[in-house]
Amino acid sequence: MANATPQAAPSKPSLWNDPQKRGILIQVLVLAAIFAFFGFIFYNTLSNYAQRGISTGFGFLNNTAGFGISQTLIPYQESDNYWQVFKVGLLNTLLVAGLGIVTATILGFIVGVARLSKNWLLSTSAAVYIETFRNIPVLLQIVFLYALLLKILPSAKESYSFAEAVFVNKRGFYVPEPIPQAGFDWTIWAFVLAVALVIVLRWIARKVQEKTGQQWPMFWIGVALIIGAPLVTYFMTGRPLEWSLPVLKGFNFQGGIRVIPELVVLWIALSVYTAAFIAEIVRSGIQSVSHGQTEAANALGLRHNQTLKLVVIPQAMRVIIPQLTSQYLNLTKNTSLATAIAYPDLVAVFAGTTLNQSGQAIEIIFMTMMFYLSVSLLISLFMNWYNNKMALVER
Amino acid sequence: MENNVAIQLIGVNKWYGEFHVLRDVNLNVERGERIVICGPSGSGKSTMIRCINRLEEHQQGQIIVDNVELTNDLKNIDQIRREVGMVFQHFNLFPHLTVLENCCLAPMWVRKVPRKEAERVAMEYLEKVKIPHQAKKYPGQLSGGQQQRVAIARSLCMNPRIMLFDEPTSALDPEMIKEVLDTMIELAESGMTMLCVTHEMGFAKTVADRVIFMDGGQVIEMNTPDEFFNHPQHERTQLFLSQILAH
Ligand SMILES: Nc1ncnc2c1ncn2[C@@H]1O[C@H](COP(=O)(O)OP(=O)(O)O)[C@@H](O)[C@H]1O
Ligand SMILES: [Mg+2]
Repeated sequence: MANATPQAAPSKPSLWNDPQKRGILIQVLVLAAIFAFFGFIFYNTLSNYAQRGISTGFGFLNNTAGFGISQTLIPYQESDNYWQVFKVGLLNTLLVAGLGIVTATILGFIVGVARLSKNWLLSTSAAVYIETFRNIPVLLQIVFLYALLLKILPSAKESYSFAEAVFVNKRGFYVPEPIPQAGFDWTIWAFVLAVALVIVLRWIARKVQEKTGQQWPMFWIGVALIIGAPLVTYFMTGRPLEWSLPVLKGFNFQGGIRVIPELVVLWIALSVYTAAFIAEIVRSGIQSVSHGQTEAANALGLRHNQTLKLVVIPQAMRVIIPQLTSQYLNLTKNTSLATAIAYPDLVAVFAGTTLNQSGQAIEIIFMTMMFYLSVSLLISLFMNWYNNKMALVER
Repeated sequence: MENNVAIQLIGVNKWYGEFHVLRDVNLNVERGERIVICGPSGSGKSTMIRCINRLEEHQQGQIIVDNVELTNDLKNIDQIRREVGMVFQHFNLFPHLTVLENCCLAPMWVRKVPRKEAERVAMEYLEKVKIPHQAKKYPGQLSGGQQQRVAIARSLCMNPRIMLFDEPTSALDPEMIKEVLDTMIELAESGMTMLCVTHEMGFAKTVADRVIFMDGGQVIEMNTPDEFFNHPQHERTQLFLSQILAH
């Protein structure tokens, strides 16, 4: 080693021939081009704003809106400012997205399982449902359903009435509003406690099974507790819940909750459309679990239900969940089609009316995009986390 | 009612739609007997052994396993499946569970064994098939031969009286066949009743009490390995043996 001849230093490649340095150089150039492009647009917009006398920045959010909104989940009146409009629109978007996600998931799982049924009528109906709703643009479905609904629904005076508690007419769906009385808190607490108890019991049940092999029927215990405990408390505390029924006064209804037809239409149309995709995802997820898995489980003596619970569903869910999240994402983005039927979502009231009135296009589109982007990122984060947690370990 | 018969097939017939896949199959397997079933592809070997634990349903005749007749009664089916283990060509391990969890699943949920006990038994069998150190790994991390040995251990954890093997080595690379066959030979020496569909003639010669040749859904010939290999009676058996021993 002492007399090792020093190696001739490899001649240095030029900047352009060194792959690593060349990569960095190209990235810097691309980045500079992008900055220049947006800088130009930004500068251009600023000068346009200045020419038309529009101030830049988010100061406009303090200005009075001056228009009404047909559905508000938080207090709102015309004299409120644009910031309040933003919040109202955002909540309306989240409301229809949330409702849609729940019903689309339930409907999608039912149709997806029906698609795999051995019953010919059931599986064919499911197939027809999937192919129909998946292949018609959702905007068309929304507009069609809206037109249909407005056509068949009667005027307020001739409302359809169900048990004198629910009324349906062109102006909306009127349902009784629950009004908690003193002491209703107990029922809520009973529910919370029941949920907590079930979580603890599940844990204990697992420990018991590991120790003694005994199995508790945790599903039924859970259902009984979560439904039973609040119900018993409710009756024992003297039913402290009153209902405000909608009543026709003149041309309009008072009392109760009014659900605007636009919400109903958007909710149904988005659910039905997304459910068709979810059904396909569920079907392919279940089919991705090979028949050999079921056979091996059966050969070991596992019952049908145990095979589903322990072998098929855990594997199918790995395929289903990531795709499901991207459907949730699609549904959330599709809520912006609300504009077509004037459902007051974020795009309609903020990126629509507010933008037209104030002219602050850049700020408003920026805020609206940030909202959708945040929701998307949250969903993607969840997806990555889930994938990492559940990924099958392979060589 | 205890007698020495482990499995009895009496005049069993089965159809897939129009296709007559099992034709009047009769078979008596005694306790501790080791039977090798061979025959050309599509001759109904898999179908026959899959009828024994009701993965397939037969339409005519009787199948009696461990003195329990297979009918539509779920109770009988459950009871028989608990007593009969099965090893598949493609292992069919549960990929979302570790090797140890694969082995503990059925004992815990079917036999209601506490986890600690199930794990202890599982480790015993994993040691028998010589892979205790892989217990915490997932099936996807093991070689084919290792997976098949886990599948054997998983079946044994249910403490079955009868083991069915459906071409357990035919999906394996040649260098892994031996490790699986060695495991099976050990099992045979422990006195397990075994029904084994395989074309490993060396295995048949070493451990089988009887060799069965099937063709076209029928049992064509049934004999001791000696007789079977040295003096096959039927033309079709001779043809089959000449083809299989040719390479
Ligand atoms: N589920 C099934 N439906 C219809 N035909 C089948 C089914 N399973 C097997 N068969 C047919 O039954 C015959 C016997 O199959 P199998 O028992 O798997 O043969 P082997 O195991 O001897 O190769 C084959 O011709 C095969 O095509
Ligand atoms: Mg076969």
